[in-house]
Amino acid sequence: MSLDLAIIGAGPAGMAAAVEAADLGLSVAVIDENPAPGGQVFRNLEAAAGDPALRGDFAAGLPLVRAFRASRIDYRPSTTLWHLDPEAGLLSVAAGGAATEIAAGRVLLATGAQERPVPIPGWTLPGVMTAGAAQTLLKTAGAVPAGRTVLAGQGPLLLLLAAQLIRAGVPPALLLETTPEGRLALAWNTASLLGGAPLLAKGLGLLAATRRIPRIRAAAGLRAEGDGRVERVLWDGGSAACDTLLLHEGVVPATHIPLAIGLAHDWDPVQRCWRPRVDDCGATSEARVAIAGDGAGIGGWEVAVASGRLAAVDAARRVGRLTAEGFARRADPLRASRRAKLALRPFLDALYAPPDWVLAPPDDATLVCRCEEVTAGQVRAAARLGATGPNQLKAYLRAGMGPCQGRLCGATLAALIAETRNTSLEAVGTLRPRAPYKPLTVAELAKG
Amino acid sequence: MFAPRPERSATVEVFVDGAAVRVPAGASAAAAVLLAGAPLIRETPISGAPRLPYCMIGVCFDCLAEIDGIANRQACMVPVTAGMRVAPQRGARVAFPA
Repeated sequence: MSLDLAIIGAGPAGMAAAVEAADLGLSVAVIDENPAPGGQVFRNLEAAAGDPALRGDFAAGLPLVRAFRASRIDYRPSTTLWHLDPEAGLLSVAAGGAATEIAAGRVLLATGAQERPVPIPGWTLPGVMTAGAAQTLLKTAGAVPAGRTVLAGQGPLLLLLAAQLIRAGVPPALLLETTPEGRLALAWNTASLLGGAPLLAKGLGLLAATRRIPRIRAAAGLRAEGDGRVERVLWDGGSAACDTLLLHEGVVPATHIPLAIGLAHDWDPVQRCWRPRVDDCGATSEARVAIAGDGAGIGGWEVAVASGRLAAVDAARRVGRLTAEGFARRADPLRASRRAKLALRPFLDALYAPPDWVLAPPDDATLVCRCEEVTAGQVRAAARLGATGPNQLKAYLRAGMGPCQGRLCGATLAALIAETRNTSLEAVGTLRPRAPYKPLTVAELAKG
Repeated sequence: MFAPRPERSATVEVFVDGAAVRVPAGASAAAAVLLAGAPLIRETPISGAPRLPYCMIGVCFDCLAEIDGIANRQACMVPVTAGMRVAPQRGARVAFPA
């Protein structure tokens, strides 16, 4: 039996889409890799909402999670998508040690974002993690880094984590801000700060909450050093001892599955990342497939909720559950809400655009492919020899062919090739990932 | 190295490389490794370098470990269960151990 809508991901976009679609009478399945709904932003919310370190916006997701739990949805947590046939609407999933299939008339990818890689020398040392990783540990295990913690990078998540660590009783020893000088003046000119006032107020609150943390501004030339684990962080003009180094340069759409199924993508010069090409309801270049939430371009959880609901309303229109008038009546306020929640985004994008040294590490000794342990210098040499893009590069270096399948190194490989060959990122292109999207065992296949 | 906080009670006992550690329900096997203070969760197949979890959301695959006897598992994506055994993965997974 074929469902009306299969949703991949139970974060804000996936949950909102599921609730809306079920309300409109569609048959809906939601598969999610995680054991509980929430995605990254609301990870483990049902169990952790009362943690004082997480007070603030975290609990704002509770009504959505509760509505999701109460809806008539075939919700399948701890379930991994490992193949998607976009033309047939056929999902191959693995759960509980067995592989099964789900057929759907329409598929909504709500697979969200990942943190941008921050390839600096020493970033593979134990004790170097992403800021998001530390936040995940706080949400799921209530755990905090022990000893001296240094936060390095920029963006709202980095400041939010700093504030949360202070509330958890473990203030960071140092904040190394990588925002280059002059960015704030540039950012003020971008857009409607009036519309973005509520979000801007939150940001100023975070700045106030973290003002006592020692700060180095416009830090560059970052590297981590240590014997067997991180012991210090260095930057141009200074160094500091640390037990944990948390890196963050913003988040980018998780394009692994969209690229694997061959969706059209565009380079976003503002957010400096690839994003799938979508219309205003999330429809992609594949007739059955839509994308909602940060996976279609970074906007934050409230934008994800609006875009998830829009994608659901569009799915209902396509199967005849909504007339053109009914569709417009629901879609118009959702579009307006999304526009309002995006008001501050141009400001944030301009302020926190990653510096060039984050995209293409200048030090040739930097490992860029963590899995296959390939350095920036090796990639540059291969590009000079004739590798024109990341897919061709595989034949030279195996970069992007390890277990992560290029999720972490793909953007860096492309940027290094573009720099070396003096061409554009569009000309270099992206890795083309293949199924299985996540490893599965022969035993799982056999039990399907 | 990560530390627990009294706000969350550590109720689930797991074994990290043989050593018992108690962690809150909802934590992942990777979190248990960090709370146990283990020096590494894997050694890379290429250079044998030690790694600990990096992204904690299933992207980077640096937390590959042997969990309850099954190798190559993303420890950050596996919630702890009582008595779970998490062992570091040293090098590539061996399909047919001798």
